[in-house]
Amino acid sequence: MSLLRRRKVPENEITQVPDPNSDGNEKEKEKEKGKNIIDKKKEIRKSQKQQTNWNCVDSCCWFIGCICVVWWVLLFLYNMMPYSFPQYVAEVITGPMPDPPGVKLQKEGLKAKHPVVFVPGIVTGGLELWEGHQCADGLFRKRLWGGTFGEVYKRPLCWVEHMSLDNETGLDPPGIRVRPVTGLVAADYFAPGYFVWAVLIANLARIGYEEKTMYMASYDWRLSFQNTEVRDQSLSRIKSNIELMVATNGGNKAIIIPHSMGVLYFLHFMKWVEAPAPMGGGGGPDWCAKHIKTVVNIGGPFLGVPKAISGLFSAEARDIAVARAIAPGVLDKDLFHIQTLQHIMKMTRTWDSTMSMIPKGGDTIWGGLDWAPEESYVPSKRRQRNNGTNEDENTESKVKRINYGRMISFGKDVAEAHSSEIERIDFRDAVKGSNVANHTCRDVWTEYHDMGFGGIKAVAEYKAYTAGDILDLLQFVAPKMMKRGSAHFSYGIADNLEDPKYQHYKYWSNPLETKLPNAPEMEIFSMYGVGIPTERAYVYRLTPAADCYIPFQIDTSAGENDEDRCLKDGVFTIEGDETVPVLSAGFMSAKGWRGKTRFNPSGIPTYIREYEHAPPSSLLEGRGTQSGAHVDIMGNFALIEDIMRIAAGAKGEELGGDLVYSDIFKWSEKIKLPL
Amino acid sequence: MGSILRFRKLCFLEPVKCSELSEKKAPIKFDDEKKSFEIPKNENKGLLEEKKRKKRPNKEWRCIDSCCWVIGYICTIWWLLLFLFHCLPGLTVPEPPGTRLQREGLTALHPVVMVPGIVTGGLELWEGRPCSEGLFRRRLWGGSFTEIFRRPMCWLEHLSLDNETGLDPPGIRVRAVPGLVAADYFAPGYFVWAILIENLARIGYEGKNMYMAAYDWRLSFQNTEVRDQTLSRLKSKIELMYVTNGNKKVVVVPHSMGVIYFLHFLKWVEAPPPMGGGDPGWCAKHIKAIMNIGPAFLGVPKTVGNILSAETKDVAFIRAMAPGLLDSEILGLQTLQHVMRVSRTWDSIISLIPKGGETIWGNLDWSPEEYHVCDSAKKKYEQALDNNENNSDSRMRFQIQEPTKYGRIISFGKLVSNLPSSQLPIRDSKKQEFMRNHSTSNSNGACRGVWTEYDEMNRENIRIIAENKAYTMKSLLDLLRVIAPKMMKRAEAHFSHGIAENLDDPKYNHYKYWSNPLETKLPDAPDMEIYCLYGVGIPTERSYVYKQSSSSRCNSIPFQIDSSADGSDNSCLKGGVYFVDGDESVPVLSAGFMCAKGWRGKTRFNPSGISTHVREYKHKAPENLLQGRGSESGAHVDIMGNVALIEDVLRVAAGASGSELGRDRIYSDIMKMSKKINIRL
Repeated sequence: MSLLRRRKVPENEITQVPDPNSDGNEKEKEKEKGKNIIDKKKEIRKSQKQQTNWNCVDSCCWFIGCICVVWWVLLFLYNMMPYSFPQYVAEVITGPMPDPPGVKLQKEGLKAKHPVVFVPGIVTGGLELWEGHQCADGLFRKRLWGGTFGEVYKRPLCWVEHMSLDNETGLDPPGIRVRPVTGLVAADYFAPGYFVWAVLIANLARIGYEEKTMYMASYDWRLSFQNTEVRDQSLSRIKSNIELMVATNGGNKAIIIPHSMGVLYFLHFMKWVEAPAPMGGGGGPDWCAKHIKTVVNIGGPFLGVPKAISGLFSAEARDIAVARAIAPGVLDKDLFHIQTLQHIMKMTRTWDSTMSMIPKGGDTIWGGLDWAPEESYVPSKRRQRNNGTNEDENTESKVKRINYGRMISFGKDVAEAHSSEIERIDFRDAVKGSNVANHTCRDVWTEYHDMGFGGIKAVAEYKAYTAGDILDLLQFVAPKMMKRGSAHFSYGIADNLEDPKYQHYKYWSNPLETKLPNAPEMEIFSMYGVGIPTERAYVYRLTPAADCYIPFQIDTSAGENDEDRCLKDGVFTIEGDETVPVLSAGFMSAKGWRGKTRFNPSGIPTYIREYEHAPPSSLLEGRGTQSGAHVDIMGNFALIEDIMRIAAGAKGEELGGDLVYSDIFKWSEKIKLPL
Repeated sequence: MGSILRFRKLCFLEPVKCSELSEKKAPIKFDDEKKSFEIPKNENKGLLEEKKRKKRPNKEWRCIDSCCWVIGYICTIWWLLLFLFHCLPGLTVPEPPGTRLQREGLTALHPVVMVPGIVTGGLELWEGRPCSEGLFRRRLWGGSFTEIFRRPMCWLEHLSLDNETGLDPPGIRVRAVPGLVAADYFAPGYFVWAILIENLARIGYEGKNMYMAAYDWRLSFQNTEVRDQTLSRLKSKIELMYVTNGNKKVVVVPHSMGVIYFLHFLKWVEAPPPMGGGDPGWCAKHIKAIMNIGPAFLGVPKTVGNILSAETKDVAFIRAMAPGLLDSEILGLQTLQHVMRVSRTWDSIISLIPKGGETIWGNLDWSPEEYHVCDSAKKKYEQALDNNENNSDSRMRFQIQEPTKYGRIISFGKLVSNLPSSQLPIRDSKKQEFMRNHSTSNSNGACRGVWTEYDEMNRENIRIIAENKAYTMKSLLDLLRVIAPKMMKRAEAHFSHGIAENLDDPKYNHYKYWSNPLETKLPDAPDMEIYCLYGVGIPTERSYVYKQSSSSRCNSIPFQIDSSADGSDNSCLKGGVYFVDGDESVPVLSAGFMCAKGWRGKTRFNPSGISTHVREYKHKAPENLLQGRGSESGAHVDIMGNVALIEDVLRVAAGASGSELGRDRIYSDIMKMSKKINIRL
């Protein structure tokens, strides 16, 4: 306002300066003049003030104004930019891009045929708030998980509180309702620009798919699988939607595309839907045969993920371990009373679903102290073979074998020593010791606080843990969590599948303890990326300061520079898709279900399709069209093409059967599992 | 944006002045200062100032800089205010009804199905022409509408349907957005269902027991099933929710056109297998109540203006304010013609043409609302409050006032709209014949770009149409058939606008009758309840005064609302439009008649005697800007935020029946009007 006045007054002056001699009402003029003078005086005072203040505040304003203007101009230009411009630039720099598979296959004449159901995995699905505590005001139906994650920064503790589940029941805490987002938007993009299903959806749309023939079976991925039905009736919805889509698309059976944990979820669904009514869906014994054409598992952790162990044990994966190595202290210090890791651990330990990913099958699958199916794996050799040179058998003997079977070892020397050299003191009966009653830690609840120093020491003294031991370890370290979890999941191998106890739903998501449905015409694909080092076993150490902290952490100093060794930053890596090792993703299709086995009584044909990882050649390609990484594979053109052909009606044979780069068949042979 | 432009203009217009002024100002100022306040400090500063001033022109501290300064200033203040606004706790909104009812102990009981109306549902692109690149799965309709400005022609092309089939044009697939997001907000900040959803959530509703039955509102109702299987989905969803919520029947809440869409569904779902294939007891088994909000049961007169000349009150108003803007071909825009072309491909609009002909909407001399007092609906309600005193007074007025001839939905010229029917030119059937036979086009190649069926008529026919002077609902349908034969042919395969003589006639099994409440029977579900919830107290368009448009260029629409036609203070004519009580879009008659009379008790339209309730909500405009669209509004869409309405819906969803709500709640003359309508029940 002041500015406007400043402008106006001088204008008055100009108009009136030439006038005074004219014949108008002089009195009035004079009055006006008088007024003007008073005004002027006021003005002067004001402008004087402004002139004096011009230095700081005004240049601040000026600066802000400049930024705003530039911002608007850029925004305007950006909005006027044609959509093809970024692609055009990319093509100029990197050369012409290949046609997306949708366009290519559309030209070939493929048409939408079978309805498609997507089953998202853990973490990738969005969650939104329906009811919350005071601190979450204004977040109604806003995404807490997925999207921009803005709330994590704005009110972190509130966010953690709302994302946690109840400790006892594994369901909603009182007064909080967080529910999965529904529809394709639930998992098309995880965060803005970070696609999950979007590329696949866009390509399917090219050959005629749309909302009525695609369905995103979103569920609350924090809950145990059976609880999604108990609380949200998610399984019933999936059943009803598949039935509807099959009915409205002329009886064409559905193609199911689960990703990551969705694979286990759908395994659970297939048992649930045919089980009788109170516990199951009551669909009758031939429901799957009638409604499902193909199950296309993408990056499926059928036998669990070693990463889950470190996640549960010390709330860290390789990334966090690396962060700790680079900036020691940031994560562990009590600066700002943040206790990040402890909060994360407290939150994730209330999520039952993480327990579905604990490695299954024990020592039989994952190896014992001195043995593991992948033991002779040499990264460089594999690379050579891919380059076409012959295998050099000699290298194998030279290289020391890695004891992948010891999934957790305390100290690098333990990880490498022969089993007879390790002195292990059984921890199972050890006294946990009294809690060092430290009340300052109480606001962060992890079960480690219930453990005394004795218990921690006992854990460390057992030295090496195999997949079988790990279950006991977790039982010891986090009894409450495991009690809750073991009511929903099981990790063993069935001796006799006819045993009536296997009717219980806790076995349904474990492929080693369930039979596939009786649907001989169905097909099962295992599609996954290979060629990326994947976590397989860990070297741990005790945390030096054992006050409020998680008492164990990955020993990032344990590493080797030798190219052929797979130990780096305390983590033994193996081939896989960065999250799921090949063994877990491929074993069931390669051996466990191949032909008529006791796990697959009706002989459902299985196929393995591996996709070699090729990192994007430049930044402009984004996350690449040939990636094999766990999530980025959803944008892999070869995978998308396979899926589209299946959706348009192709069978496994027409795709070319198995497509294998890794040693999965060799490794599977080594696993002695009665079939 | 506007503000920047203005400021930029200011500076570019007078850049010289700016610098001049500042230089001129300086010496005067200092003189004055010395005289008036002789304070050394100021002087010193002034001197300093002077020095700076000399430097400044070199530094080019000019207009652009001061522009930046202004913008920065404004921005900073804006942010400060915004910050203060968020910090002040006092400005919080009054307690939402959901919280209150939750405290009363209401909890989610019956699943809720929401059926959005025309226009409010979002549409997104699934396949398009090259010009729509980058819009895959983006909203074309709803949201921020940015594409209209960026590529208007492309946008229009993608929203049009095929002229012949009323389905997708080849190569274009535009589909309804699914889920609650489809219609919670129409545009950012403009709620439709969001407030209702939020309040339902407070008493425990969530995704599993709420369902938004989004459908492509451009299609005719049966075509939504043919193309998208929308009705099948709705059926399956209702069945699923019924089972997963402990066999609790659903409460359906349709709004606006969704009301007749759901009427269609009720018939479809119980029709034998090529259709829905539910048993005859499906509705009785699955549906507890239908809470129709702002129901357009008998159609909306607005659509007539829309189809005839693509304009409503608002458009006519703009034309009156800025004549030439809409009609001129500046920039080759032809806005109205394009709007008309696109909207004429939407079959669903035809479903909103007033139904029931002259029996319901009145003839040349008579209409059910004829004694409506228009000076202001508010006044009348005030009178109604202190009935005893003013009773005689208002009756006096009723007698004095000449009845408005609402029955003439379209009249050409203000004079005609008031003449007694005997003085009207007799409608000449020969002339009509002539029109039909001779409607060959004066095919003008240049006009072809915009296809409205007016191109195919010649001036002579248009003149004859205008000579016919006054049209009632019955003759209006004939008129539309002449003016837009193709559209009416396409649409009349899907909709019917008559009154059934004999509802048992097997022809009424055809789906085109299902959305007309006057040509269908309600399902056999005596336990079901039907509510009509609508706002009253806002003048609503009821009939129009038209004129021939003056311009004779080829593309122009030959008729337009005669916005110069205004009545006296007391009359209902304003800007060429006759108003009646309603919710701004739907007149009371259309919204309330079925519940007030057509379905009340056991009638032939309601053989099982489903109970009906009329609940009216008096419009109260928001008191200040801070209230947004108000919590007591009665307007067609804003009523979705009406606290009383939300409370009613919540109570029914939590298990209450109509009698517990207090049955009817009436402010308007709906009962009186209904009585005047002579319909066999």
